[in-house]
Amino acid sequence: MRAQVAVYVVLAALALIAPFLGLYPVFLMKLLCFAMFACAFNLLLGFTKMLSFGHAAYFGAAAYVTGWLVTAQGWNTLEGILGGVAVSMLLGLVIGAIAVRRQGIYFAMITLALAQVVFFICLQAEFTGGENGLQGIPRGSLLGFIKLGSDRTMYYFVLTVFVAVYALIVRIVHSPFGQVLKAIRANEPRAVSLGYKVDRYKLMAFVLSASLSGLAGSLKALVLGFATLSDVSQGNSGEVILMTLLGGSGTFLGPVIGANVVVTLQEYLSDLVGAWVSVIIGAIFVVCVLLFRRGFVGEVLRRFERRGG
Amino acid sequence: MTTVFGVPLPAILGQLMLGLVNGSFYALLSLGLAVIFGLLGVVNFAHGAFYMLGAFAAYVGLESLGINYWWALLLAPLAVGLFGILIERLLLRHLYQVDPVYGLLLTFGIALIAEGVMRSQFGASGKSYPVPPLLQGGLNLGFMVLPVYRAWVIVASIAVCAVTWFLIERTRLGARLRAATENAKLVQAFGINVPVLVMCTYGAGVALAALAGVLAAPVVQVSPLMGSSLVIVVFAVVVIGGMGSIIGAIVSGLVLGLIEGLTKVIYPEASNVVVFVIMAIVLIWRPAGLFGKEQ
Repeated sequence: MRAQVAVYVVLAALALIAPFLGLYPVFLMKLLCFAMFACAFNLLLGFTKMLSFGHAAYFGAAAYVTGWLVTAQGWNTLEGILGGVAVSMLLGLVIGAIAVRRQGIYFAMITLALAQVVFFICLQAEFTGGENGLQGIPRGSLLGFIKLGSDRTMYYFVLTVFVAVYALIVRIVHSPFGQVLKAIRANEPRAVSLGYKVDRYKLMAFVLSASLSGLAGSLKALVLGFATLSDVSQGNSGEVILMTLLGGSGTFLGPVIGANVVVTLQEYLSDLVGAWVSVIIGAIFVVCVLLFRRGFVGEVLRRFERRGG
Repeated sequence: MTTVFGVPLPAILGQLMLGLVNGSFYALLSLGLAVIFGLLGVVNFAHGAFYMLGAFAAYVGLESLGINYWWALLLAPLAVGLFGILIERLLLRHLYQVDPVYGLLLTFGIALIAEGVMRSQFGASGKSYPVPPLLQGGLNLGFMVLPVYRAWVIVASIAVCAVTWFLIERTRLGARLRAATENAKLVQAFGINVPVLVMCTYGAGVALAALAGVLAAPVVQVSPLMGSSLVIVVFAVVVIGGMGSIIGAIVSGLVLGLIEGLTKVIYPEASNVVVFVIMAIVLIWRPAGLFGKEQ
C-alpha cells in the first residue's frame, strides 16, 4: 500500500514537471492520449475480459467528429469534445449491443468486423476528407479565456482530463458495478445464476469504454491538429491491445506504462528502421503472448504478492 | 439491350462473375480458417498473411527462379504450409492450454511480422503477375465474354473445396479429425497421434490460404497488404457461416462474394461493408451463424 502511494506520488510529480524537463510537450500529450485510450480499453479487456478488436473505431470516429465540429461547424473546443464523445458513445451502444451476444473470440471477430464498417464510412464520407483526413484542427480555448494554443497550457489541460479519467476508472472498478464486472470476468455462468443481467452489465462496460476511448481520440485530434484514417484503422486497434497487454491488463497502471513504451518505440523507431517497425511491434506481440501474459505491472505485482505471502 | 435496375445485363453478369471470383477466394480462406478453428480452437489471424505469402511465393518463383504458374500452384502452398507447420510447432503449440484469445493475438503478431518483412523487401506497391498462357483470352458466351482465367479460378476453387469437404466428411482420416475435434483426449487414448494431426491440420489450412494466394496473383496486385483487409471479410464470412462448419464456410463464402458483386452494381458505395452488415443481421437473428449449432 505504501509502495503504491509512493509510486503514484513520483508519477504525479513527474507528470507535473515533465514539460520543464526539456521533453517535447506535443509528444507528452500524445503519450497521455494513448495512455487514456489504453486505460479505457483495459476497462473492457482487463476488468471484464472482453477482447474488443475494434476500439480504433471509437477513438478515430471521435477524432474525426471533434475535428469536423470545431473546424467546419465552428463549435468551441468543449462542445467539439462532447460531440465526439457522444458519437463514440452511440457507436459503442450500437456495436456493443450486437457484439455482447457472443463471447470470447466471437466477440473479438464481431467487434473487428463492425469497426471495419466504421473505417469504410470514414474513408468514403465527405466530412472526413477521405484519404487526406482532416488537417489544421484548431485547439481553440476553454470557457472563452484559457487559450489552448500554447503547448504548455494544452498539456496541463490534457493532464487534468487524463487524471480525471484515470480516477473515474479506478472508481468504476471499485464500485458495486465494477464488482459485478469482475464477477463476470471470473465466472460468467455463475454471475447469470446469481440473477445478474450479464448482457446489460457488459453492454454498459462496453459503452463506457467506447466513450472514454472517444474522449482520448478527441483530445488527440486537438493536440496534433489532425485526424486521419490511421486513427480508425485496424492497426490502431491492434496497438491498443498491445499497450494494455504489455503493461499488464487488469492492472491500473499497466496500460499507462504499455502505452508509453509502444508510442515511444514507434516515435523513435519509425525514423530509424522504416517498415521494420511493424515487424518489431509484431515480435513484441509474440513475445508478450508467449512469455508474459500478465504484462510488466502484472509480473511485478505477482513478485510482491509472493514475497508478502 | 436488356437492363435490370437500369443497368445493362452484361454489366451485371460481369460483376456477378467478379463477385463469384472473390467468393471463391473467400470460400478457400474461410474453409481453412474453419478447419483450423475446429481442431485447434485458434482463430488464425495470420490467414491473410499466408494468402499474401502464397502470392509472393508465386511471384518470386517466377521472377527469380523461373518456376511457372502450374508448378507454383503446387510448390507455393507446400512451402507456405511447411512454414505454417513450423509456426505451429514453435509457437502456437504453447497456447492450447490458455484462453483462445491468446491464439488470436499471437497470430495477429505473426501477421504483422510477415507483412512488415515483405514490405521492407518489396515495398508497399503492388506487383503484377502474368496470366499463364494456357488460360489467356476469353470465351464468348453470346451475352457476355467470360475471361478464361476467371472461370478457371472459380472451377478450381470449387473443386478444391469439394475435395477438402470429401476428405473431412467421408474418409477415415477425416473421421479421426472430426473425432479429435470432439474429444482430443479420448482419441489420443485410442492410439491416434493427436499432436501430429493438429500440426498437419494447421499446415493444410495454411496451404489452402497460400493456394488462394497463387490463384489470386494474376487477378489482383501482389502486395504485402493484400491479405490484411481480406482477412477481416473472411472472419465475417466465417461468423455468418457458423464457426467450425465446413459446408457453412464454403457456401457462405461463395454466396457473399456474389452478393458483394451485386451490391457493386446496385449501390457501389456499400460494396465494402455489405458483408459486415449481413453479419450483424445474421447475428441478431441467429447468433450461432447460418450453419452453426447452438451450444
